[in-house]
Amino acid sequence: MTEAQTYSFFLGCVMPNRFPNVEKSIREVLPRLGIELEDLEGASCCPAPGVIRSFSEPTWLALASRNLALAEKAGHDLITGCNGCYGTFKEALATLHENPERLTEVQKVFKGLGIKFTGNVDAKHLIEVIYALGPEEIKKRVTRPLTGLRVAVHYGCHLLKPSKNRPWKKTERHTFLDELVEATGAESIRYRDKYMCCGAGGGVRGSNVPVSIDIAREKLDNMLEAGADVLVDVCSFCHLQFEVSQPQLNKELGENRYQLPVMYYTQLLGLAMGLEPDQLGLNKHVVSTKALLDRILG
Amino acid sequence: MTSPVAPEIIDDEDINPEFVDTIVRAGADRIRTCIQCGTCSSVCPSGRRTAFRTRELIRKALLGLKEEVLTSPDLWLCATCLTCLERCPRQIKVTDAIIIMRNMAVEEGYMLPQHRKASRKLIKTGHAVPIDDANREMRRELGLQEIPPTTHASDKALQQVQEIMRRTGFIDLIEKAERE
Repeated sequence: MTEAQTYSFFLGCVMPNRFPNVEKSIREVLPRLGIELEDLEGASCCPAPGVIRSFSEPTWLALASRNLALAEKAGHDLITGCNGCYGTFKEALATLHENPERLTEVQKVFKGLGIKFTGNVDAKHLIEVIYALGPEEIKKRVTRPLTGLRVAVHYGCHLLKPSKNRPWKKTERHTFLDELVEATGAESIRYRDKYMCCGAGGGVRGSNVPVSIDIAREKLDNMLEAGADVLVDVCSFCHLQFEVSQPQLNKELGENRYQLPVMYYTQLLGLAMGLEPDQLGLNKHVVSTKALLDRILG
Repeated sequence: MTSPVAPEIIDDEDINPEFVDTIVRAGADRIRTCIQCGTCSSVCPSGRRTAFRTRELIRKALLGLKEEVLTSPDLWLCATCLTCLERCPRQIKVTDAIIIMRNMAVEEGYMLPQHRKASRKLIKTGHAVPIDDANREMRRELGLQEIPPTTHASDKALQQVQEIMRRTGFIDLIEKAERE
């Protein structure tokens, strides 16, 4: 048993406000792995790295710093389950550490607001913390092996890039998420363009829906062609994209081609650890998980 | 003999030599080393299905075609997947350059209406995607706090976030006259 670690849990926007079922699964599973979560009360939007950062970089840096300051005050590193939020905090911290004058600029914005911020705090993605435990450790918790389940993993972009400012050993063709999926007994399948974007970021989902969901469609087609039973992601915004795009695509086509269940990693792991679908929010999906759950639960 | 295709003429007044200096100063410091190899365009998921060409955008920026770049809707097709930045053989921070140009476009009043709308939500609630009734109910059903413990649950925190956005000029930026 590894020692318990405590993190300040940063929720962001999409997870608590659109996919609370994902939040629920994280709150159920992480403490069972010895990862304790403390709410980061009063946190705001991270803010989004491709959206708000595209409009006003100084505002993005100041608000990101405020969220980091809340964690700094709590005395824990920040943990997030969204690649976008992760990208914001990693990039904000790099900017502040490489350019001390930017930290001074932020502190000036904070003047008189009672926010103490030195930048002495780190931000982690929850999959990074789970992977640090190791796939072998995860295997030990599995009581309901997901044997025979064909999983298409979707890493997303900001989890991996820019690789200079990410903790992974490799810069391309990562395997950590595949390893964690296979620790549950499932099979992580090969499919074309596994590392490609979901199409939601950079404000494209908000401003150009046809282009955005066409990128998601290409990924979904590649997964379906490879015979995937389920898509597993680790980002609330990618999750939104794959959940919401499928009914949109079906409506456009006038048929139900796109019905690939979309699970967040902690939902998959929770199932393998013997938790009930209700505990993991699995009955509240946009794309129905029923047939899949019937198969897994027998 | 005249060509049947009208030549594209770049007038002197279209060239703003300071444009690229601004981009370099804001952090995309290697942009001048671009060799127009097109790696950025070839790995771009948006470029696969649209006429958006990252290479062209970078070339226009280097030529100083400020107005053309900042008014182009293509500037907003980048999903910030960072693949071009990762693969560029000259290690140009391509995505950063695009974000810098987007900041300049917004500063000049060029902003897509949906983006203005999301920004207004951030100003009003502290979240670009705020809670709604359906998700409050779902949270309750899941046994989570109905209102997430964010700026949604604290007026004091929200006011602090709003004051920061006032100080950085974000509120003025979003509310100033729109140019489409």
